Amino acid sequence: MKIIACIKQVPDSEAKVKAEGGQVSWGDAPLVINPFDEYAVEGALQQKEISGGTVTALCVGPESAKEALKHALAMGADEAVLVSDATLNDLDTVGAAKVLAAAIQKIGGADMVVFGRQTLDNGAGLTPAQTARVLGWPMLGLAGQIKVDGGSVQVERVLEEGRQSMKANLPAVLSVVQSIGEPRYPSFMGIRKASKATIPVWSLSDIGASAPAPIVTRTELMNPPAQETATEMITGETPAEIAEKLADKIIAEKVL
Amino acid sequence: MKTFVYIDHFKGEVQPASWEALGLAKSFGAAIALVFGTGVDAVAKAALEYGADEVLVADDASLADYRAETYASTLTSLASSQSPNLILFPTTARTREMAAMSAVDLNTGVLTDVSALEVNGESFISTRPIYEGKLIEKTVCSGKPVMATIRGRAFPKPNREEGKSGTITKVAAAGEAKSTVEGYSASESAVNLGDAGVIVSGGRGVSNNPSLTPPAGMDEKQAEIWRAQQGFALVTELAQLLGGAVGASRAAVDGGYITYAHQVGQTGKVVAPDLYIACGISGAIQHLVGMRNAKVIVAINKDADAPIFKQARYGVVGDLFQILPALTEAMKKKLGK
Ligand SMILES: Cc1cc2nc3c(=O)[nH]c(=O)nc-3n(C[C@H](O)[C@H](O)[C@H](O)COP(=O)(O)OP(=O)(O)OC[C@H]3O[C@@H](n4cnc5c(N)ncnc54)[C@H](O)[C@@H]3O)c2cc1C
Ligand SMILES: Cc1cc2nc3c(=O)[nH]c(=O)nc-3n(C[C@H](O)[C@H](O)[C@H](O)COP(=O)(O)OP(=O)(O)OC[C@H]3O[C@@H](n4cnc5c(N)ncnc54)[C@H](O)[C@@H]3O)c2cc1C
Repeated sequence: MKIIACIKQVPDSEAKVKAEGGQVSWGDAPLVINPFDEYAVEGALQQKEISGGTVTALCVGPESAKEALKHALAMGADEAVLVSDATLNDLDTVGAAKVLAAAIQKIGGADMVVFGRQTLDNGAGLTPAQTARVLGWPMLGLAGQIKVDGGSVQVERVLEEGRQSMKANLPAVLSVVQSIGEPRYPSFMGIRKASKATIPVWSLSDIGASAPAPIVTRTELMNPPAQETATEMITGETPAEIAEKLADKIIAEKVL
Repeated sequence: MKTFVYIDHFKGEVQPASWEALGLAKSFGAAIALVFGTGVDAVAKAALEYGADEVLVADDASLADYRAETYASTLTSLASSQSPNLILFPTTARTREMAAMSAVDLNTGVLTDVSALEVNGESFISTRPIYEGKLIEKTVCSGKPVMATIRGRAFPKPNREEGKSGTITKVAAAGEAKSTVEGYSASESAVNLGDAGVIVSGGRGVSNNPSLTPPAGMDEKQAEIWRAQQGFALVTELAQLLGGAVGASRAAVDGGYITYAHQVGQTGKVVAPDLYIACGISGAIQHLVGMRNAKVIVAINKDADAPIFKQARYGVVGDLFQILPALTEAMKKKLGK
């Protein structure tokens, strides 16, 4: 099985993110692999362990994104590819999908492409389905479990309404959710291998693509209005007394 | 101005934010509801009652089960022939996929998770949270039609006018399915966090009641889950009394206390109810990003130093196994239930 895991690099969750002069700033907070995409790498590695083959981590992003790819290598991915190009600054999701699809073809196709559900930063959650559409491959979204059987793949799709079992022929595009299993920690050997790896950087012309014109663009960036939460602690002699006071407060808020 | 509103449903059960999208569409001009599936007459009728000027129904065997490919192709075909200015969706797992694909077909874009939408001449300016709600951005879409998925509970729900009639037009399905639905198992309880006005959530603390003796023969892990289920029963009782949904922290999900569909936070659902009651949840940043936009937050935790209290409007330092039943009792009395 040839498996590709698509990953993005994002500022760490703990980062103090601010709008400064119309730009996003996260100070000196570290950039990390998008948490959902760690599940994508985990899902890909699980399938490799079952069926054999290779896992390639693929990212479209700036040079710094090599670090996120190294994390995927340290987890156990066999190869990593970065697509980076000065003309890619204002990429929207349709653009990202076109570039990813071209890179997937350039890699030589795949049996399965695994995505995360959503990114922490822009978080549109559109890229997986759009990549599937551009490739013309079936989309099996929000998989919590994956089972490959010969030329087909079956997933348990995790929806609010319940779990749905869906099946499609390979090659297919999948996105995964947390139920796939905790991402493995990079092993010592993995980290050593990743630190020595040279990650090829492909330009758009390398993958035979041209810069997609952005359709969705940002016109304004703002910090959210400051929330002032003055916490009122409810105390009392007994649970019943506390509950009584708390119930009155909640009812007075008129939120029921 | 002509707007398509996609009415998202699962086996006939409509996602309420679909009606909110319909209300928003009406504020711009003509609102045409789209209903896909099989045997969806009741959904089409409801769309008229919620104010749709017309309903286009694609009732076809190929649409019996939702599949992104056929739903997207049907939408693409309707948008191509009828040229709406705008297509609105509630933000759900399904609409993200079908809007994403249809946007590729139509060479346009999707504004996601929109919390406000203004018209400016020919264009629409959307407001949406990014970076886990740490920032807010305004975006525009230069393609036609503009597609936008709206946040649940961000726009008012229109009134339903029972019995209101109107034009229901049958339209054709399009596209070829690339997958099959093999089976389905419903959640034991419907989890609809996105639309819930009240959410009562449990964390790792729901398993912490040493005074409960689990049935004989359980190993330690089973006993922990059993205890947690007793805790979640209290959480559920309060949630049901208040007409709300049950949420959970990731520690509760990872512990096997409750299913992933209930998880609130960075890798779960981002919610914005009017009332959020956090029970036995410490308040890690990954949980906070999922619920800090709730109007009123109540925290119940044994530890006075738990970070959750900093986000809360009201806090109780105490054992949830004592506070929750008392709160449910007090609420019952005061609400006359
Ligand atoms: C030079 C350069 C600069 C960029 N600067 C920014 C920036 O400042 N802000 C920004 O948000 N984006 C930036 N991007 C990336 C690009 O714009 C986004 O990746 C794209 O728009 C995806 O949108 P999203 O984050 O909403 O992804 P979603 O649709 O939420 O992503 C869903 C899934 O798709 C996959 N995926 C998403 N993006 C990528 C990617 N780039 N590579 C591989 N897999 C991916 C992941 O599996 C992810 O979990 C930059 C790209 C380049 C080349
Ligand atoms: C990439 C990533 C993504 C994540 N995504 C999420 C996410 O989506 N959602 C999420 O929730 N977390 C997420 N987490 C995990 C998060 O960091 C925390 O570990 C998690 O939220 C902790 O859950 P908790 O508060 O239930 O447990 P704990 O932190 O263990 O807190 C339990 C609390 O219960 C209290 N308590 C114990 N017994 C009682 C009692 N009897 N009565 C009252 N109080 C009691 C304790 O004082 C304590 O404060 C993520 C982490 C990572 C790294």
